[in-house]
Amino acid sequence: MSTDRNLIQLVTPAGERISHPEFDPWVKDIGDEQLCSLYEDLTVIRRIDVEATALQRQGELGLWPPLLGQEAAQVGSGRALRDDDFVFSSYRENGVAYCRGVDLTDITRVWRGTASSGWDPYSVNMATPQIIIGAQTLHATGYAMGIQNDGADSVAVTYFGDGATSEGDVNEAMVFAASFQAPVVFFCSNNHWAISEPVRLQSHIQIADRATGFGIPSLRVDGNDVLAVMAATRVALDRARHGGGPTFIEAVTYRMGPHTTADDPTRYRDANELEDWAAKDPILRIKALLERKGLLTDQVQQHVHDKAESVAREIRSGCIGMPDPEPMDIFKHVYSEPNSWLDRQQDHYARYLASFGDPAGATSEEGAR
Amino acid sequence: MTQMTFARAINSGLRKSLENDPKVILMGEDIGTLGGVFRVTDGLQKDFGTHRVVDTPLAESAIMGTAVGLAYRGYRPVVEIQFDGFIYPAFDQIVSQVAKLHYRTQGAVKMPITIRVPFGGGIGSPEHHSESPEAYFTHTSGLRVVSVSNPQDAHTVIQQAILSDDPVLYFEPKRRYHDKGEVDEGIDPRTALPMDSARVVTEGTDVTLVAYGPLVKTAKDAATAAADEGISIEVIDLRSLAPVDYATVEASVRKTGRLVVTHEAGQSGGLGAEVAASITERCFYHLETAPVRITGFDIPYPYSKLEMHHLPGLDRILDGVDRALGRPNSLSGLEG
Repeated sequence: MSTDRNLIQLVTPAGERISHPEFDPWVKDIGDEQLCSLYEDLTVIRRIDVEATALQRQGELGLWPPLLGQEAAQVGSGRALRDDDFVFSSYRENGVAYCRGVDLTDITRVWRGTASSGWDPYSVNMATPQIIIGAQTLHATGYAMGIQNDGADSVAVTYFGDGATSEGDVNEAMVFAASFQAPVVFFCSNNHWAISEPVRLQSHIQIADRATGFGIPSLRVDGNDVLAVMAATRVALDRARHGGGPTFIEAVTYRMGPHTTADDPTRYRDANELEDWAAKDPILRIKALLERKGLLTDQVQQHVHDKAESVAREIRSGCIGMPDPEPMDIFKHVYSEPNSWLDRQQDHYARYLASFGDPAGATSEEGAR
Repeated sequence: MTQMTFARAINSGLRKSLENDPKVILMGEDIGTLGGVFRVTDGLQKDFGTHRVVDTPLAESAIMGTAVGLAYRGYRPVVEIQFDGFIYPAFDQIVSQVAKLHYRTQGAVKMPITIRVPFGGGIGSPEHHSESPEAYFTHTSGLRVVSVSNPQDAHTVIQQAILSDDPVLYFEPKRRYHDKGEVDEGIDPRTALPMDSARVVTEGTDVTLVAYGPLVKTAKDAATAAADEGISIEVIDLRSLAPVDYATVEASVRKTGRLVVTHEAGQSGGLGAEVAASITERCFYHLETAPVRITGFDIPYPYSKLEMHHLPGLDRILDGVDRALGRPNSLSGLEG
């Protein structure tokens, strides 16, 4: 049992299902089969993360932002969404992207550097990952204002980290969301670290409490408890769908890996802290729950393992097999309509490339001279 | 044709856009019940409702960032930045999001956002109310930047900006808001002169004088004054600052052999430098002399009792014309 009385928790780190009169009803449909399915998702997402990290180490990806430890926060919320809800996330929500049905190769595209983004946002109702910290919270709020104008009952959901809550944009987004009662859910994954800056440097109070000052109700949930996250997200979505306006969710979790593959967390954080959080690992927790319920059969384990391995193979082959873009692609989609400055530069560069007579040679570092 | 002020002409253009497309939505501080601090949006909220003409909290980044979200949802937001000097809190959303989302999403997401910015000086305002920040935006790929100089263009180009699938910064010369002119409200913005085209305002043969926004009127006045001295100035209103219609400027310089560019913004790294360099590249052998820039100084916008020294006026422009023509001028005798 958690010692944090504010924290919504439905499953303890030891895998014990505990009752919560307020939130239990929101996950009463999650039976044995769905629990196994959540376990599968968590495992697959961790496997994607491990594979992508390996691809980065092998030089196939330029960079990768691992989500190790945050799987439950992403799956619990991602699986609560409806297809017509729209997600605006940061760069770490690859687990949410998986839940939205993003093609696995597309997840790696931007990190391999073959495109500025991986997918058509409208194909999965999820904007491509935002690199600027917190900027997407305003996009979600604006989108939600659009939903409101359209008289629809879908919801815009935005994901960001604890560090982002220090940014002006996140605070401005909360002002607008509250003022217009926009149907938006602010999902803060408090993973305790903004690169090397600890959360205590960002906020002197619990992050969820900040929302109250904007007039936005908030929930503080155990982010490593997939059931609790799902329940809290469903509460927030339901409120937004029924005209109740925005909700702020703080999912208390932990980034067990580095900020990105370029980072070295041993320089700034205590090994003991990592050990404490490893004991609260979201996957071990649901595994223990399944075990207690007698659901963790060899068959289930084998199925989950096979699925994770096949996804890993898919992401590896998709990533490595991705063709390099064509040189002239660099000019595409800057504008929707013709632009005389760019048209001229494009024309001049095409002539330059053509002057080599050998397009392949022209793109090598040495050129053709 | 109707006589109307510059501000009224924009209002009429906004009204037409609101009427023609239910996805057009106006947002900004004080634009609703007050009708904007310059009354440009006067009466629009009353006629189109609070969901089409939205009074927002005071947060420029949020105005811009929520416009991005609305554009994602298929809306065509027209946002008002109350004054030029207030645009900086929104800078990140404009240059990192509005400008780049179409590129970032390989064309999947369009950002048909119009950003209205009352800009420039000459109205005796305190600091942050008279700036000319256009060069920050002309330097950013993915944005279109326009500035209009007369009521007819103001009326037509605002509609063209809203119709454009690209994001457009629409710089309104605030000291011309009360100038009156003939406006034909029946002009179809789809068939009118495209907003990325420059226009020859006054034909001439001796010097090409390039201006935009508030200084077009000053440039025309300079041409009239110069004509009394037998100097023929061709005045070009750029209208579009990004991209610049170099074909029009080039054709003029090939004829006159001399180029003077004027703007209120500071000189270094300004649009005048870009125009001078590009025209030099394109028609070096047609130039009789180096291009001349008559601009604001590289200073913070000064207090109002001194702004007339900062703003290029008719006499400073004519002094620049004299330099281009090799006539005696304030810098005569200086080398380099």
